[in-house]
Amino acid sequence: MYLGLTPREEEIRAVAREFAEKEVLPGAAERDRTGEFPAALVRRMGELGFYGLPYPKEYGGGAEGTVAYSLAAAEVARCDAAVGLTMAVNATIGTLAVFLFGTEEQKQRWVPGVLQGKLISAFGLTEEGAGSDAAAVKTAAVWDGGGGGSSVGQGVGGAGQWIINGEKIFITNGSVADFVVVAAVTDPELGSRGISCFIVPTDTPGFRVAKKFTKMGLRCSDTAHLIFEDCRVPAANLLGKRGEGLKMFLTVLDTGRVGVAALSVGLAQACLEDSLAYAKNRVQFGQAIGKNQAVAFRLSETATEVEAARLLTISAARARDKVMEAAEKAPGQGGGRFTTEAAMAKMFASETAVRAALTTLQVHAGHGYCLEYRAERLFRDAKLMEIGEGTSEVQRLVIARGLGL
Amino acid sequence: MLNIAVCVKQVPDTEARLSVAADKTRIEEQGISFILNPYDEHAVEEAIRLKEKQGGTVTVFCLGPARAEEAIRTALAMGADKAVHLADAAFGGGDEGTAAAALEKAIAGKSFDLVLAGRLAIDDASGQVGARLAEKLGWPHVTAVTRLAVEGREAVANREIDGGSQVVAVTLPAVITAQRGLNQPRYPKIPDIMKARRKEVAKVTPADLGLSGGEVGGAGAKGKVAGLAPAPGRSAGKVIAGEPADAARKVVGLLRDEAKVI
Repeated sequence: MYLGLTPREEEIRAVAREFAEKEVLPGAAERDRTGEFPAALVRRMGELGFYGLPYPKEYGGGAEGTVAYSLAAAEVARCDAAVGLTMAVNATIGTLAVFLFGTEEQKQRWVPGVLQGKLISAFGLTEEGAGSDAAAVKTAAVWDGGGGGSSVGQGVGGAGQWIINGEKIFITNGSVADFVVVAAVTDPELGSRGISCFIVPTDTPGFRVAKKFTKMGLRCSDTAHLIFEDCRVPAANLLGKRGEGLKMFLTVLDTGRVGVAALSVGLAQACLEDSLAYAKNRVQFGQAIGKNQAVAFRLSETATEVEAARLLTISAARARDKVMEAAEKAPGQGGGRFTTEAAMAKMFASETAVRAALTTLQVHAGHGYCLEYRAERLFRDAKLMEIGEGTSEVQRLVIARGLGL
Repeated sequence: MLNIAVCVKQVPDTEARLSVAADKTRIEEQGISFILNPYDEHAVEEAIRLKEKQGGTVTVFCLGPARAEEAIRTALAMGADKAVHLADAAFGGGDEGTAAAALEKAIAGKSFDLVLAGRLAIDDASGQVGARLAEKLGWPHVTAVTRLAVEGREAVANREIDGGSQVVAVTLPAVITAQRGLNQPRYPKIPDIMKARRKEVAKVTPADLGLSGGEVGGAGAKGKVAGLAPAPGRSAGKVIAGEPADAARKVVGLLRDEAKVI
């Protein structure tokens, strides 16, 4: 399939595949069994430069672009989607929010550390009552002392502190993070324009991990319930402008969705490879089951869908690179959005991954239902892709909005 | 400007579960992964640091089968400039003597100032090749070095000895073998790995080195591995029940009469 990649992107993909097959694949089944967070591997990937691929060099990035990044993420997910998810969340949403909206000081404090594997970031939006309805956030930040925090739409300074109270759930990397970018209501009377973003270091008194969730798949990826109880952070930890939190979150989610699309492509690719290998080897009625059209047609469809998902993902990543390029050339203009492209890629790729995983299970039949093959794990891992970073239903809403509906 | 040679070997991963192959003289290679020998990693790192400080070239030499190219690529990704791979099948099955002889032919006469190597390879742990190579080259050598300073034509090396340390000064050219603690090897980054894929790895045969088939590998070896056995598994412990004083007496008795250790 012609993917329109540059030679350098091809090469990064090859390097990522080699690393993933050598370092990520061997422990995948064991990590799925124990659910243990692979701290050493996650650090190592940072040192190698996996998280820095889409960031400029002055912040410790590799300046290789979003296409290269999504190819690498897909290769990691092809070997272990849970490690891929850890990578994608660490490299984008929380870290990206600081990179896009932070002051120079905030960027220097947090971004290079993550990109070099020394720090882990998390992104706290979802709450018991707020998920798809992102504006329903209840976590609140109240300004204590000084006049600096008072004006909406302004940066803040002064000697006071923000006091954050609330709870966040389903936070990827939540219990292993060094800092969490948290959405909190600062001006309740302003509704969705009264939400702001804060950088909360996880050693802040009052921050604690209530529990780690046990998930059906992606089991070594860390997912936590976080509690903020009179968590005090200085004015300098407000990210971007007060009241623009929701806008910031929606902006970084676009990139997050390209990441999840990439993970889905990697998973779907793994499903296809496993299915093909099994269909060529499993003999029934005197021939490989892949010789039967019932199996062959199904895999023809899967292969086509995987390629379509890959192209859509690369296209969305390319769109992001154009936006970032434009933003760099004309600072302050924002560079445009790629919201619809990202939502389409995420929706299609995640649903492709789930269909591919179901096919893999069916082709493996009895063996697929038993734990000896990884078909069942691929299915458990794939299902999250239709849920996280905006459900498939939310993606449809976003796309519809992009169509002017 | 320093012209540095680093000898490296590819060895089974420290985390690999090893088993003895059917012929009882080799380990079973099927299904295990291989890495750059950790001590050699320190040697490569030291060579690159010297190059970064003083300028020069780092050339990696590796004797081993085709799969060993992966270890060579690791060294190149860390920052070595080029590599020579003694990959010919005829080099296989040799001993420390044939390894040192082949490396000597590859390294001698190329105006190297310094040869670095790990103090031993963690697979057979014989720790002889560095010293034998120095003998053949007629150069001084210092083994198990934890600190190295090169100034002009002199190298000053610290080495660990029982209960203390020793500082040895040698004139270049010299052979130095690396001990853990010499440095902290770097992780190559993605762009470095990409660059390493394009670096040249010269493949040499015994004939290229002026050696006959009878002087290398199994044919030239004076020693052969006659047998290989896994370490015996630990047997279950013994629980001595009873009153503490009685039990202690029994333990002392068993240590003296049965285990014969006191």
